[in-house]
Amino acid sequence: MAPVNKIIPFSSVDGPGNRTSVFLQGCNMDCKYCHNPETRKECRNCGECVPKCPVGALDLKGGHVVFDYTKCVACDTCIKTCRFDASPRIRELSPEETMAEIMKQVPYIRGVTISGGECSLHADFIRDLFILCKDKGLGTLIDSNGSYDYSKDPELLAVTDGVMLDVKAWSKSDHQKVTDYDNSMVLKNLEFLASVGKLYEVRTVIVPELFDIEETVVNTAKTIVKYLDVSDIRYKLITYRPMGVRHEYSGMTPPSQEQMRDLADKVKKIGVKTVVNV
Amino acid sequence: MKEISMDRVNQTRENMLDVVKSATLTHEQKVANMANLADSLLEVLDLPEGLDELLNAPIDRQCICDLGEGHAPLRPRYIVPDYAKFMREGSKFLRLDPPTDLYEALNHLLIFYKNVPSVTNYPVYVGALDHLLDPFMKDVDDATCLKLTKMFLLHMDRTILDSFSHGNIGPDCTKAGRIILQATAELQDAVPNLTMKYDEDITPDDFAILGIETALKSAKPSFANHKMFKSELGEDYVIASCYNGLKYGGGSYTLCRLILGNIAKRAKNIEDFKENVLPYVLDIQARYMDERIRFEVEESGFFENNFLAKEGFISRDKFTAMYGLVGLADAVNILLEKEGRTGLRFGHSKEADDLGVEIMEIINDFNNNHYNKYCEATGGHFLLHAQVGLASDQNVTPGTRIPIGEEPEELIDHLKVLSRFHKYFPSGTGDIFPIDMTVHKNHEYLLDIIKGAFRDDLRYLSFYASDSDVIRITGYLVKKSEIEKLERGENVMLDTTALGMGAKHNGHILERKVR
Repeated sequence: MAPVNKIIPFSSVDGPGNRTSVFLQGCNMDCKYCHNPETRKECRNCGECVPKCPVGALDLKGGHVVFDYTKCVACDTCIKTCRFDASPRIRELSPEETMAEIMKQVPYIRGVTISGGECSLHADFIRDLFILCKDKGLGTLIDSNGSYDYSKDPELLAVTDGVMLDVKAWSKSDHQKVTDYDNSMVLKNLEFLASVGKLYEVRTVIVPELFDIEETVVNTAKTIVKYLDVSDIRYKLITYRPMGVRHEYSGMTPPSQEQMRDLADKVKKIGVKTVVNV
Repeated sequence: MKEISMDRVNQTRENMLDVVKSATLTHEQKVANMANLADSLLEVLDLPEGLDELLNAPIDRQCICDLGEGHAPLRPRYIVPDYAKFMREGSKFLRLDPPTDLYEALNHLLIFYKNVPSVTNYPVYVGALDHLLDPFMKDVDDATCLKLTKMFLLHMDRTILDSFSHGNIGPDCTKAGRIILQATAELQDAVPNLTMKYDEDITPDDFAILGIETALKSAKPSFANHKMFKSELGEDYVIASCYNGLKYGGGSYTLCRLILGNIAKRAKNIEDFKENVLPYVLDIQARYMDERIRFEVEESGFFENNFLAKEGFISRDKFTAMYGLVGLADAVNILLEKEGRTGLRFGHSKEADDLGVEIMEIINDFNNNHYNKYCEATGGHFLLHAQVGLASDQNVTPGTRIPIGEEPEELIDHLKVLSRFHKYFPSGTGDIFPIDMTVHKNHEYLLDIIKGAFRDDLRYLSFYASDSDVIRITGYLVKKSEIEKLERGENVMLDTTALGMGAKHNGHILERKVR
């Protein structure tokens, strides 16, 4: 079982083609620019959101917040109410139950992407779900912050087409500042996944005043090009935007278009073939 | 010919004078309107009893509609000439030898188009443009091909003054197909409408992606399920007018439509609708179409005298007729309300959709048991057609679509409903999706949806970018900027701009759910 925050039936932004994206709840990093902070923590059952729900989809039973998926209209009132970066709209689903929801989209999708939160906190669930996906001929991608040691989980990698890996900052201190988390494993994964042809994409959110953007982007690009003969690896440079970011962190300055173009040019010069600016 | 009253004659004369004095109609539009009004004075058809009350009623009660075909059909509604034969042999009537190079090929086609009649007086089918032109492009450089193709398409847009005019490309990829798409994307005009026949086993992904990129710039091509059409109509099918599947070298004698919502209003309940009211109207519409076809074939002289028939560009035995319908959603919702089940809506509940399927099965069975000897091309039966509506329609939902404003939140749920209905309509149905391009920069996303849809029994899909000037109204294309001109009282060239303006106000087509 895994806590499923949301399933987006058709997604055009989570890998190639049309995919179903499954978002799992809970994250081990604390990115200051997190765009969906409500996926970070597990519900504390404080019940503050229950009376605010306009359609009665939430109830407090035996000290637990109970969510009725069929009543929910996705107005996000509960999420806006929550003070703990959590969401009451979580369903504990088994891989089989999740697969049943994915199958509604077949044959319109080419694959599935698991995201979060940090989905690798539920690595066994992902493995079991991907076994079911592979059985139906669906592609499988993991969207990860790189904190999980993929090299120790060959069973998971065997059913995973690729990982979309965040490199949030290059230096230890910058990464600590951005996420409150050490990045040794992230950088290890960058090399390892690239070397075994399982790195589909690397992403960096560009926030100039938060970390050394040039150092991060240049070093990441240099690492990527070492492995391009194994498989193509996209590098996606994401413009920081304050929408959805927690209030206390929403005041950071977005990069200019010129800065973004400049970074993309640098990455291309280093030899990365596919650079995406969003 | 039957007598008519002087009152009716005088009323028609008044209407004619209004046309003459109109400030917004162009000269060509006036001529066409005058001809229609003159035709309206003729009474040559032997009409089935009961038709008058169903046909000549206000839009909130009308049950059968003949879509302005007139009282004395002087030609089939839709004509699909064999342009390949023309390219091979030229035409005696037009005094043209077969073209020998790209310049002549394009010029010949433009001449031919001016001699293909239809209900709109413009050709509703302009050919499999890629297959017609590709042989002539082999030895010509790309830049010249593009320049000439753009001039050719521009000429069509400015002289075929009606966007129910349709070219086809695919399913295979050719140099001409690519050039036509590139030219279409650059011109962003409404005419001609364009369909890519798509088969995932034949059409290369990169050609389909080029089609999608073009559609997001100019609202065309649309995508037709090649496997499905081929299995029903044979390899020699075409897509003409809005999205009508017809036989090459043939066409459709007529198209009449059932207005299912108004038919449902006459029923006491679902049972009464299925057992009595619907079968009664089905029969009258079929017999009305039989009579129109009889007149065209046996009395009008078209198939004996028109050069298209004489020279074999069309043959009578490849024609069929389109048995149309609109408002399936309206009928389902009205019937469920009559049963007191007001919470159930078409597109949002399995029970409502099931009722829609039951109604379609009744109509399909009726058509399969109705025989017309002049429709031998399609087994002696008409082809069902999900008609897209008229500009003047109010509270009439096109074909089997889910009403605008009620589309399911998720696109997958929308598509799943459509997949239950598209299969009934070999002579055409389709759905249209405005796409938010700021979100979906990934064109393979749309290709996956097309592939999935066609595996899932959908027939025909259209996309346009939600911020595009050229948009698809119901089946045809219009430029929003031209609608705005017409709204300011200025003349516009294309007939269909006025239809688009009507559909904007009556059909709310600018309010479709953006995907």
